[in-house]
Amino acid sequence: MKDKRRGRHTVQFSSPPYIVSTYTIAGPLEGQGPLRDHFDAISKDGMYEQKSFEKAEAKMMEDAVNEVLRKTANLPEYIDYFVASDLLDQIVISSTTASRFPIPFIGMYSACTATALCSSIAAMLIDGGYASKVVVATSSHNSTAERQFRYPVEYGMQRPPYSQWTATGATAALVADSGEGPRITSCTLGCVIETGIKDPYDMGGAMAPAALDTIVQHFEDTSRDPDYYDLIITGDLGEFGHELLKELAQSQMNLKFPNNLSDCGMLLYNKDQGVDSGASGCVCSALVLFSKIYKELCKGAISKVLLVATGALHSPTSCHQGESIPSIAHAIAIER
Amino acid sequence: MPQDKPLNTSRVKLTQKQYQQLVSERQPKVPVLKRALRAFVSGGLICTFGQFLLETYMDVFGMTRDLASSATTATIILIGGLLTGLGYFDKIAAFAGAGVAVPVTGFANSMVSSAMEYKREGLIYGIGSHLFGLAGSVIVYGVVTAFVVGLIVSLVS
Amino acid sequence: MNTYLAAFLVGGLICALGQVLVDTTRFTQGHILSAFTVAGGILAGLGLYKPLIDFAGAGATLPISSFGNALAQGAINEAKRTGFMGLLSGMFELTSSGIAAAIVFSFLIALFFDPRS
Repeated sequence: MKDKRRGRHTVQFSSPPYIVSTYTIAGPLEGQGPLRDHFDAISKDGMYEQKSFEKAEAKMMEDAVNEVLRKTANLPEYIDYFVASDLLDQIVISSTTASRFPIPFIGMYSACTATALCSSIAAMLIDGGYASKVVVATSSHNSTAERQFRYPVEYGMQRPPYSQWTATGATAALVADSGEGPRITSCTLGCVIETGIKDPYDMGGAMAPAALDTIVQHFEDTSRDPDYYDLIITGDLGEFGHELLKELAQSQMNLKFPNNLSDCGMLLYNKDQGVDSGASGCVCSALVLFSKIYKELCKGAISKVLLVATGALHSPTSCHQGESIPSIAHAIAIER
Repeated sequence: MPQDKPLNTSRVKLTQKQYQQLVSERQPKVPVLKRALRAFVSGGLICTFGQFLLETYMDVFGMTRDLASSATTATIILIGGLLTGLGYFDKIAAFAGAGVAVPVTGFANSMVSSAMEYKREGLIYGIGSHLFGLAGSVIVYGVVTAFVVGLIVSLVS
Repeated sequence: MNTYLAAFLVGGLICALGQVLVDTTRFTQGHILSAFTVAGGILAGLGLYKPLIDFAGAGATLPISSFGNALAQGAINEAKRTGFMGLLSGMFELTSSGIAAAIVFSFLIALFFDPRS
């Protein structure tokens, strides 16, 4: 019966679902970055006219979902599932947002792989015949995540040069069995890899092997080469993790990318924005994928993209107790 | 000794230790000398300003040296706290590092930043219990050390 | 030597030492501040911190090591006068103004200001 499976970990959709519409809300720093013209909305500050950073993040996600419904002339009642993920304890942002809509809710935690995992699950539900319209959403907020995983926002300290900046913003997308737009053609969900790295600032180092594992698995399962895709983009390895991934691919797998490997974490900010190695956070890959890349796919400027979203699955408790950081990467192929 | 394990993937043929070794070799290096110099200058300037306050309190306000010293510490704490409340401290610290963290400005910053952060959890469980969230360990180890040192000194003399 | 210069050099050097320890060891800023407090207490026991204050003034009283010194000095002084109980009752003698100021100021500031991103 497993006629949609390819190889060990890849699912190839027989009628690939469409990403019909997306909506992106970027935070203030992201709104000054190189992608500023591609976002649908930019918040002027981290508070988003709310009373706390947490409320701001939830409101951003709610607005993104509402805007996607509005753009596609859908009522919540027409949507079969709401699949969402975020970083805050027990994914409370997603649950809060879900409480605003009469849509069955699937909440998931997979750190910064959120976009890839939520979209994969949405595509599986649709191609499996269990749903025809699914809204996927994700968010992260620098000021809520930093405090949860590291230190208070106003605590004065220096960050190491390989550290990354948790991006602020929220995105939503409508995935459906019919319509127009690029299609999710396959997905490769990854395995958890532990490297023994404990430094909560070294996400790139912790996640690079997971990214390589999923990329290679995807190519093996689908019998494709790296040059099949116009763009292979990792989620949030940052500059340091990106270099590490290229080196590992070369030295361990003798795998070379024909100049099409990039990283969302390196595209969200300019070098002079004081963000060290680049961006991270759930919304990092979502902001890049659902803005610029989505538009280029719609226009036909590029036609085949592999998003390899990366995630560090540590918790504040595990981190404080000195445990190492388990990492994961999920890949989705989007083609027009 | 924790055991060295292979990574949970056949694609990277390194053990955890070998991989960590590779990562630490490739990691961009912290500019130690530059940061030390910045800390030296900024920490030195805070202390020079403190010295100015100390002498002003003694000469102009006629305080004793001990009283003036306490007043200086309190003033610097107030300044550090206010800069934190106004949102400037973290930006200064990104440049000065230990230069503002080691003087009592850092003590004030850790208390104010932590109290403000948890303010929304209420006056008691928010501000009250988080005021010493970061600064508490300094007091704990200071007091325990003082007790042990005091005990030894009393026994020896 | 000029007291201002002494304050600048000694205070600066203590901060620079802290910075180098943060950057070259696996310890964080929080570890180093606690370690400096402990070091201040030990130097007080050895009778070495007082001469440093006499030499550098605010350069030695403003770094966090001074807090450890003051706690230990308070305990030692009072223990000399009243014996064992003095260790406990004298400990905060010299630092109470600093701690009280820190608590009151921090509380009030936290009450009136909010974190910015």
